[in-house]
Amino acid sequence: MENLISIFLNSVFVGNILLAYFLGMCSFVAVSKTLNTSVGLGLAVVFVLTITTPANWLVYRYLLAPGALAWAGLPNADLSFLKFITFIAVIAAKVQIVEMVIDRYSPTLYSALGVFLPLIAVNCAILGTALFMVERHYNFAEALVFGIGSGVGWLLAIVSMSAIRQKMRYADVPKGLEGFGITMITTGLMAMGFMLFSGITL
Amino acid sequence: MQLLKRFFDGQRPHFEPGGRLARYLPLFDAIETVFFTPAQTTSGGPHVRDNLDVKRFMTLVIVMLLPHLFFGIYNTGYQALLAYGREPQLLASLLIGLLHVLPMVLVTYAVGFFWEVLFAVIRGHGMSEGLFVSCMLFPLTLPPTTPLWQVAIGISFGIVIGKEIFGGTGRNFLNPALTGRAFLFFAFPVRMSGDAVWTATRVAGENAVDAVTAATPLAVAALTPANTGPIEAALDSAGYGFWDLFWGLYPGSIGGTAAWLCLIGVTALCLMGIANYRIVLGGVLGILATGYLFNALATDGGNPWLGLSPFYHLVMGGYAFALAYMATEPVSGPDMDAARWVYGFLIGALTLLIRVFNPAFPEGAMLAVLFMNLFAPLMDHVVVQMRLRKRMVNV
Repeated sequence: MENLISIFLNSVFVGNILLAYFLGMCSFVAVSKTLNTSVGLGLAVVFVLTITTPANWLVYRYLLAPGALAWAGLPNADLSFLKFITFIAVIAAKVQIVEMVIDRYSPTLYSALGVFLPLIAVNCAILGTALFMVERHYNFAEALVFGIGSGVGWLLAIVSMSAIRQKMRYADVPKGLEGFGITMITTGLMAMGFMLFSGITL
Repeated sequence: MQLLKRFFDGQRPHFEPGGRLARYLPLFDAIETVFFTPAQTTSGGPHVRDNLDVKRFMTLVIVMLLPHLFFGIYNTGYQALLAYGREPQLLASLLIGLLHVLPMVLVTYAVGFFWEVLFAVIRGHGMSEGLFVSCMLFPLTLPPTTPLWQVAIGISFGIVIGKEIFGGTGRNFLNPALTGRAFLFFAFPVRMSGDAVWTATRVAGENAVDAVTAATPLAVAALTPANTGPIEAALDSAGYGFWDLFWGLYPGSIGGTAAWLCLIGVTALCLMGIANYRIVLGGVLGILATGYLFNALATDGGNPWLGLSPFYHLVMGGYAFALAYMATEPVSGPDMDAARWVYGFLIGALTLLIRVFNPAFPEGAMLAVLFMNLFAPLMDHVVVQMRLRKRMVNV
């Protein structure tokens, strides 16, 4: 239990998927303009991570990992070179489902998220989490908690970012830095703030 | 006064649009407003009539920071003489401290002023005294041994990236002085931490090898082994009893050690309505609540830090300084009252968390404030939304 809590806190604060590993930047920069949309997208990412990370764990554990196919009588098979393409396929399929659900139950959020919802499928934070999970040899419960934690970390980052951007509407940014430029700098400064936690060993 | 007024009024046409020196209007404005309140008024409402404009507001903070500077100068020299085993006399301490601290302050002001003027002239925005506060805060947070070129780099980063690219004072979302300080901390970790950097040992004509620098209270506490009884005893035997810490004559950042000056300064600022008392009280409560929680978790063989009385945490290291002058900064902090309580509380809690659990950093106050700066706009937004929701019921 303690282990799970530490994995959760670790993935939210210490190894924040966005501000420590800089994964999922594209939708982070593009969608953080308004707070409501970014809360929506953040929650969508949390949800997608929560369902895809354990799903990918299962796929990896029982199909791809070296020796995973022992149950099918192939103890020497090693399909782990397929993990990138398989993980992306799993993620894309899940995102399709999420998209349909959001379209059905919250059309406003659906139209607000626009093209970014399908883009979750190629959001590097999602794939990155799946790959980190393999790298760190998590078990199923750990993978699930890690998925949720990464999602919450991403949500925290994008929500605080969009609040800062809301405040920055009154900022007078030099011409050449308007838009993405200042957003990237802000992200860098946020990452510096998050280094508060770097070094904590849980 | 009449003479001055005539002088300024005579010079003004040169700086107005169309004049020869129109580019330098911000500079002229900055100097003129030292002597006179500006005559311009806003054209559209609402109006706030108050003589406490940004200039007076910021100047009062500087006035409160000056005692810290003087004490820091004295303390720097005092610690340097102690390290050489000399009797720390008042005058000698002041002189040696001046030798170390004054160049840092001058470099900070020169470099900071350069960037502010550059941006003001090129981008045509007014100059602001926020700069003077940032430039005063910045050297006070540094170890007295920081090389001058690092001082220059740090304040450049703080002023340009932390403030000017967002449009100058009032538009930044991070405290510029802290941004520069944190940048230095991560860019040059060797010069910013460890035992050796907190005591100035460049006394002229002395051999630096002879100097024996003392560990800071935070280092003493962090290095106390488990099972040696209460941590307060370890601090006491190192010469850091509660009152020693309160009076601030121990190695540390230049201006951050004197908790009693912070107490006086922040009380005055709160009474004058410049600092917000909610943030300060929230910060004290945050330390007390988290500290007592940790005390309850402390075990005999465990992390001895956990058992330290929270009152020690309030007076040691840079926390008092960070809470009094950095956390209460109105631009980067939250604007809603409820958010201010939470903001202060979390700064306290995070500081303790970092001190006790993060072996990488001995002090967490600076980064805790910086981290909470990131969430101030979000907390404001949440409080506003909660208020709006409350209001809707009555419609």
